[in-house]
Amino acid sequence: MTSVTIEQKKSLDTYLRVDRMPHIWCAGCGIGPAVGCFIRAIDRAGLDADKIALVSGIGCAGRVAGYLRLDSFHTTHGRALPFATGLKLGNPNLDVVVFSGDGDLVAIGGNHLIHAARRNIDMTVICVNNFNYGMTGGQLGPTTPLEARSSTSPYGNFDPPFNLPRLVSASGATYVARWTVIHLRQLERSIAEALNKPGFSFIEVIGPCPTVYGRMNKQGQGLDHLHAYQERCVVRNWADPGEADIGMSGPIVVGKFVDTDRPTFWDHLNNVFKKAQKKR
Amino acid sequence: MRLWRKPFDQDEKATRPSRVVINKDRCKGCGYCAEFCPTGALAMSQEMNAKGYLLPAVTDDGKCVGCGLCEAICPDFAVIVISGDKDKKDGEVPV
Repeated sequence: MTSVTIEQKKSLDTYLRVDRMPHIWCAGCGIGPAVGCFIRAIDRAGLDADKIALVSGIGCAGRVAGYLRLDSFHTTHGRALPFATGLKLGNPNLDVVVFSGDGDLVAIGGNHLIHAARRNIDMTVICVNNFNYGMTGGQLGPTTPLEARSSTSPYGNFDPPFNLPRLVSASGATYVARWTVIHLRQLERSIAEALNKPGFSFIEVIGPCPTVYGRMNKQGQGLDHLHAYQERCVVRNWADPGEADIGMSGPIVVGKFVDTDRPTFWDHLNNVFKKAQKKR
Repeated sequence: MRLWRKPFDQDEKATRPSRVVINKDRCKGCGYCAEFCPTGALAMSQEMNAKGYLLPAVTDDGKCVGCGLCEAICPDFAVIVISGDKDKKDGEVPV
């Protein structure tokens, strides 16, 4: 009998709370591939899973904290970033990751997002953008493109949306990237880079919401969304984030936009602390 | 064609005999794995799971090259690709 050596590969179940599967996300949801990429990125980045703290807010993407077998916390709506800030300052050895949706991070937690980026707190933020509030029934959010229909904009949206890479890079983030769920390898590599990057790293993951957003805008099933991403996406690394607006049609600019170095909040804090100690 | 120089990373990059395992209880039948399989080893079938979702099925075991795209794109963590030893070409895949 010939022996066959099995490649020592960790399966996704290593980091999943298997007893909670199947999860509540709809068929074709974009959060699943994003979580898969994050799990593989942990190994790619060579991090110790015991030192990762995962924080989520409210919404579909907020469920990630409950589904992963990491030290995780499910915070109140929009307050994932303040909680993560406190966690990082309380124990700077932790690798703090915030995994949440656009309705949580950018809408109610928008102020926290810009201030976390301004302070340059050493954490990785993964924002799954599905252009609406999916869990509560598809209401209009601050990322819904112009003219998109939602349950609170039945004739089309007239609010200009946020351009997340531009918002975050202007606020001072040191790593900003945007990918869709079809760019699996790039997303995995990008998350691994961001996990090892000191400073505020922000990755926007564009994912389909076929049940609500796709249905209201007649964009079809999840597969049609992914084919649309294949057609519309243009990979432009180091592009100006100001040119990365997303509309109902037209190109979606994806890629790594910003990768710079800046002293983090912890560095500044220590500098001031040392100076104050010398004066005493 | 006669190759007088072989690529340095040929052993490393060679495809391995692989097998796709689908967790039928988790699958929600979105069809991503069957649509994006580069070699057509997976296709949607008429089989249903307990919840009534149509399941993908492996059409040809020999076609899988173990790229792992189905595993990566599955939103329900329902697909696992098991790859064997790259030196053994004759479809010897671990159970």
